[in-house]
Amino acid sequence: MTAVTAWGNLAPAEHSIVALRDRDSAPGLVASAERPGLATGLMRSYGDEPLNTGGVAWDMRGLSRLIAFDSETGDLTCEAGVTIADIQRTFAPRGWMMPVTPGTKHVTVGGAIANDVHGKNHHVAGSLGNHVVALTLARTDGTVTTLDGPSDPMFRATVGGMGLTGVILQATIRMHRVAGPWMSAEDVVFGDLDEFFSVSAESRDTYDYSVAWVDITTHGGGRGIFTRGNNAVEQPPAPPPGRVVTMPFTPPLSLVNSLSLRVFNRGYFALKRSLAREALVHYDPFFYPLDGIGRWDRMYGPRGFHQYQCVVPSAGAREPVSEMLKQIRVSGLGSFLGVLKVMGDEPPIGTMSFPREGVTFALDFPERGDATAALFVRLDAIVSEAGGRLYAAKDARMPKEMFEAGYPGLDEFVAYRDPGISSEMSRRLMGE
Amino acid sequence: MAGVLVPRRAVVIGATSGMAEAVMRLWVSGGTGRLHLVGRSRERLEAVAGDLAARSDAVEVTIHACDLTDPAAISAAVGEVSALDPDVVLIAHGAMYEQADMQEDLALADQQLRVTGVSPVLWAEACVDALDRGVVAVIGSVAGDRGRRKNYLYGSSKGMVERAVEGMQHRVHGSRQRVVLIKPGPTATPMTAALDPGGLADVDEVARSIAVGIAKGAPVLYVPGQWRAIMAVIRSMPRPVFNRLDL
Repeated sequence: MTAVTAWGNLAPAEHSIVALRDRDSAPGLVASAERPGLATGLMRSYGDEPLNTGGVAWDMRGLSRLIAFDSETGDLTCEAGVTIADIQRTFAPRGWMMPVTPGTKHVTVGGAIANDVHGKNHHVAGSLGNHVVALTLARTDGTVTTLDGPSDPMFRATVGGMGLTGVILQATIRMHRVAGPWMSAEDVVFGDLDEFFSVSAESRDTYDYSVAWVDITTHGGGRGIFTRGNNAVEQPPAPPPGRVVTMPFTPPLSLVNSLSLRVFNRGYFALKRSLAREALVHYDPFFYPLDGIGRWDRMYGPRGFHQYQCVVPSAGAREPVSEMLKQIRVSGLGSFLGVLKVMGDEPPIGTMSFPREGVTFALDFPERGDATAALFVRLDAIVSEAGGRLYAAKDARMPKEMFEAGYPGLDEFVAYRDPGISSEMSRRLMGE
Repeated sequence: MAGVLVPRRAVVIGATSGMAEAVMRLWVSGGTGRLHLVGRSRERLEAVAGDLAARSDAVEVTIHACDLTDPAAISAAVGEVSALDPDVVLIAHGAMYEQADMQEDLALADQQLRVTGVSPVLWAEACVDALDRGVVAVIGSVAGDRGRRKNYLYGSSKGMVERAVEGMQHRVHGSRQRVVLIKPGPTATPMTAALDPGGLADVDEVARSIAVGIAKGAPVLYVPGQWRAIMAVIRSMPRPVFNRLDL
């Protein structure tokens, strides 16, 4: 047994780790597990979704090979343990990028599909599932099936299916044609939520990528920075690779407190304000600003942290977002990161996909026991009232009723689950 | 790969090992145009070759499957190798069995010594003999620097590789050939790593150091570099002190 933690570092969990290393032997290893198993990758999901305490973890990282690339269609077929970092690094210089990428490149293709990840271009491209052409799924009954697109209900259950329908062995993704690795981007300062929504609306048709950072700490606030951009046409020569500074160990106390948050938020705001102009930016800092600090999760200390990410329907979204900001300020618990984005209208193909039409809001909180739990109860009430839902990839604590209400496809989904696969999250929210 | 000289043509023995795969990916991203992969399993070689070919429009990849421990198979395969006139031959295969299991089972100990010791030495010998220029690089290990109770059979196979490489370096001195010994410390490959989220980056860092070291042609390369100092201390410890330590 080996102790494993998710990205939030809330609690280590013991697993029996089985490394899957090649396509030929993987289905046999999946079928021969004596206890319920769960495919795991780079452990970037925050809460209990990637954990299976006391059970088997199929370590997918060894399945890291590309299988085929069609430079006419952009169809990339690869093993599920290939990372988005690898794909972007390999293909951006050749004129192709991931059609959708989350805010970290340190995720596997299998994990990205199992969470139907979204990114800064959700308003034009939808989520990753909208670009998956085919999947190969190994089930614990020994079957290996190729699923050709969303007409297959098993395909729809697997996209966003949290790894519970089988082990994704390989996938074909239709890549996005670009001129090269550079983006043309700019930052726009907004003073409050009304300004955020108007900048967002005016950027919608002219910018393929957008996201906003909100300063949680200011009073009466909602000020922040709106970042928007496009794949650049003009492509300067390649830059030297950037240096990653890594948190070498977990400090005994969280470095994230009200004082450091105020200093960070003020400093970041001042810095960004001075940079507010259109410029060429490499895709790496544009898409993955936090990947520049390796293991930033450790900053939150030994008790770990939560990310709270919701999406609420856009009709009347200003009220719930504003109310959440108020509740966070009142709680005094502060958040290092407040990320806001207006999503697009493209419906997800996954039965259990998180992304939907609306506004998504993501916040990080250090684990502080009852105080954190009490704040989440208040935030849950706001999200539920607005008809929204929480993102399973980030969650360690949402109530079962909230999960059921937020995911109307749940009843259909359970029929496609693999009975030999289970996670901490599935046992907490689905009973098994 | 920015800033590193990559071989135009390279041959890799044991091409399905995690470390070899990481090095070849760097080479291909840097513009290597020709790779020849030798290994035991045809299926796994095909998967690795397919991966490398998908990474570049400009690389040609071929494979050769054979018994890596059979001297006749080695001779035959090295004929193909020399016809390719490679800039680099990387010899990367090996196995690591549990010391305790080998103490119970001499056949397993024999296999450890042959697969990780005798076989790489024969490949290096045959390549040094057949080529008249370029680098023959062999993956050794810090475990070869001093015998320890936890892994001395693995360690002694790597130690054998080191003595042989030393002799080959002496042999090719003054010629257009170089022989390089690479000694990685324990590396987070899928084989050794628990689910540390930082795990994968380490293989890439080690691969990068290996690629740089091969390009420079340094005779002995420790990766990461701090192992040179650590092993210097361990090697110089007096035996009565060393034998009392739980290393």
